[in-house]
Amino acid sequence: MTDAPAGMAKPNDEDVFLRRVHPDAWRNPPPKELYDFAIIGAGPAGIVAAELAARSGYNVALIERNRIGGNSLNVGSVPSKSIIKTARVYAAMREVEAYGTPQPDEPPLDFAIVMDRMRRIRTRIAEYHSVEKLAGLGIDIFFANARFENAGAMRVGDSVLRFRKALIATGARPRPPEIPGLDDIGYLTSTTIFDLASLPKRLAVIGGGPLGCEMAQAFCRLGSHVIIVQNDPKFLPREERDAAEILSRSMARDGVEIWLNTTVVGAHTANGARVLETISNEVKGEIEADEILLSIGRVPNLEDLALEAAGISFDRDRGLEVDDFLRTTNPDVYAAGDACMELKFTNAAEASGRIATRNALGGAQETRRALSIPWCTYSDPEIAHIGMNVQDARLQSIPVKSFTVMMHDVDRAITDSQDFGFVKIHIAEGTEKILGATIVSSRASELINEMAVIMSAGVGMNDLANIVHTYPAESGAIVLAALAYVRDHRITD
Amino acid sequence: MDDLARLSDDALVERLQRAAFAYLTQFVNPENGLVADTSRENSPCSIAVVGFALSCYPVGVKNGWMPRTDAARRTLATLKFFFQSAQNDTAEATGYKGFYYHFLDMQTGKRVWQCELSLIDSALLMAGILTAAEFFDGDGDESEIRSLADALYRRVDWRWAQSGTKAVSQGWKPECGFLHYGWEGYNEATILYVLGLGSPTFPISDEGYQNWGLTYQWENLVGHDVLYSGPLFTHLFSHAWIDFRGIRDAFMREKQSDYFLNTRRAIALHREYGERNPHNFKGYCRDFWGVTAGDGPSGQDLRLDGRDLRFFGYMSRGVPYGPDDGTIAPWAMLAVLPFDAKAALAGTRHLLESYPQVLSEDRFSSGFNPTLAVDGTGWLSDGWYGLDQGLLAMMIENHRSGLIWSLFGKSPYVRAGLKRAGFEGGWLQP
Repeated sequence: MTDAPAGMAKPNDEDVFLRRVHPDAWRNPPPKELYDFAIIGAGPAGIVAAELAARSGYNVALIERNRIGGNSLNVGSVPSKSIIKTARVYAAMREVEAYGTPQPDEPPLDFAIVMDRMRRIRTRIAEYHSVEKLAGLGIDIFFANARFENAGAMRVGDSVLRFRKALIATGARPRPPEIPGLDDIGYLTSTTIFDLASLPKRLAVIGGGPLGCEMAQAFCRLGSHVIIVQNDPKFLPREERDAAEILSRSMARDGVEIWLNTTVVGAHTANGARVLETISNEVKGEIEADEILLSIGRVPNLEDLALEAAGISFDRDRGLEVDDFLRTTNPDVYAAGDACMELKFTNAAEASGRIATRNALGGAQETRRALSIPWCTYSDPEIAHIGMNVQDARLQSIPVKSFTVMMHDVDRAITDSQDFGFVKIHIAEGTEKILGATIVSSRASELINEMAVIMSAGVGMNDLANIVHTYPAESGAIVLAALAYVRDHRITD
Repeated sequence: MDDLARLSDDALVERLQRAAFAYLTQFVNPENGLVADTSRENSPCSIAVVGFALSCYPVGVKNGWMPRTDAARRTLATLKFFFQSAQNDTAEATGYKGFYYHFLDMQTGKRVWQCELSLIDSALLMAGILTAAEFFDGDGDESEIRSLADALYRRVDWRWAQSGTKAVSQGWKPECGFLHYGWEGYNEATILYVLGLGSPTFPISDEGYQNWGLTYQWENLVGHDVLYSGPLFTHLFSHAWIDFRGIRDAFMREKQSDYFLNTRRAIALHREYGERNPHNFKGYCRDFWGVTAGDGPSGQDLRLDGRDLRFFGYMSRGVPYGPDDGTIAPWAMLAVLPFDAKAALAGTRHLLESYPQVLSEDRFSSGFNPTLAVDGTGWLSDGWYGLDQGLLAMMIENHRSGLIWSLFGKSPYVRAGLKRAGFEGGWLQP
């Protein structure tokens, strides 16, 4: 037997992956008499909760109906970022002329290699919290559906698990469409797009949220003709207007066809193609595509849990009803992650998983409101945010001022020809207190974490201006913003 | 062009103002007062340009370019047309609820291009109507002008345009109702809110203006504290009528600034951006700026320094966030005359010296892009746009005599609107 060529996926990669996330021959353990902590869902929230509880000496049951790792590892952050990396390499190849080498003809793309790389990466990352690793911590892992029997017990497969405390971390799934005909013609979601075997020639993306924008840009850079359709007049409704507009122009520059302010009202097939029927103001239109990606938000996975048997209230759209300590209406049952959080991101899931576990088992009184959760859309440039935006502050009657540094005024961004975007730090005017920040740059996902540390440590603009950074660095923009503040507030006797 | 370079500042400015003014009498249908959006063949009327024209006729009278009786006759014809034209919710009307469609057929006055019933453009039209009402204070035609102006303004149902919400919509179409985008961030809409608040008949609610203010971004950009808005024209349109020197609303009181000062700072920001020229566009410098809404090249791409550069066509361009494709509006530098005369004249003289082609018949083109070489020179927009010419003629007059500011500031509706918006101080004091 010979090894596969370097760079190619080894044939057993997928077997290794499955062994790590859901082994074929898995047998659920015999349940213990009583679990200290029964966790439903082994995504990011469930995993951190299980590990934290097990390491603290509690006996833990972790119940998963599909694969360990949840959306994030299997069909979310991990696969999408590996595809986005490939797309960035392709985009860079189109700009090599400026670096002294002729631009190659449109580089040929072997989509199978792109997807193999993604699967290889996923397999590697799956190791850190594999079934074997979790079981090694003494966690009882059940691959089965869970349904509450009463306030202190749940049915898991054929067994009944009794618990002192429980955590619901069942995550969310792509919101189903309400577009007549779309179910009949078939569509991809964030869950299924990573199963594609070939690059679609024409891809229509419905929805201009983070995932829709990321995938629209990535597939366009890989060579698909992409049309993105968005109901609203701008992308990324949660972001500041300037950030969303920079992304819009960036996607257009890559060649994404942008249909804002457009609603998809129907779908059918014609001549072997999928056709979306659209309406923008009063004008009707049609989009022909080979594949359709639906990305219109997520809904929590709660319907199959028989929550009413345990006295747990929920809303099908917004998720579990929890208090500030992440406790549900059943005082012994907590929640974490997409099942209850408004911000449906991996970092929010993990952070809420830790809080819920400490509150449930250790009697802590940590509140989710105290969490400051940064988020990022991994487009190019990336768009990241933390804390308040201007409107949040003004709604609370806080006089707010933003110190803005354009990336085109930052030396490192200039040397790297990656000078689209800005760093914007919002402060409470008259003080040096930082309320929030928005960053648009090729590395915003990293830069925003500096802001997370700064805000968490309570560092004000004066001290920030004195923190020495490497030079040149994109994070120099953060210091430049602080220096602008200092210039604004000169030394007085 | 040499002769322009030799002119004194005052003579140069007056000559360019007169040429801009003459657009409004050259591209008008004297029967109904409708003025063409552009000088291009078959251009429809833009109601905003009519608002500028109505404001400029007094400028013509004052400067001796137009007899007062002629100005009154033109104004009366315009007001009669707007008063008598069809106001209903059908697709073919001229207006509805006292507002008007953005673009009208020059002859019939009916809506064209399935365009929107435009709130901001209706506001600019109403601003012109109220300016005329203040200027024409005599008998006969002039008395009729005043009563028609009053009736037209009182007829506008600003409250309807809030459609039950706190915000004012940008427009409405008979085919689909209100457009589902509102006003976000500071921009040219101050005059819309002031006129909406000043109405004695159907005013917008107080929350409308306050709610809009919640979306303002007060930023320190390139060393300047500025209420941010990207396109230069947004810092000028409301100012063509309202003298913001020394009057402040709650927002500007909080920031210890005023909207006039803010425009000065925006100008400084545009100049600094021109000098830094982050995207390496041809021509940009401290005396070559004016990134704003207007005509620009489209339908072609350019490789510039190993990157694709896309051109945006007719687009609202802005600084410093963009979009910017190397296109400036050649008229824009001179239009800032009342705010920063030194910057306006330095820029305009540099432009005329370096790129004399931006001027034809002493009138500025709407857009110019030297980065995109066409016939060895830069891309240049064909003909002229009425909005540019009207705004320029008004701004120059405000610089020379303050005529429009003083007329508009006399209107009781305007004073009431400003006060309801929370403006205090300066010339608004009793």
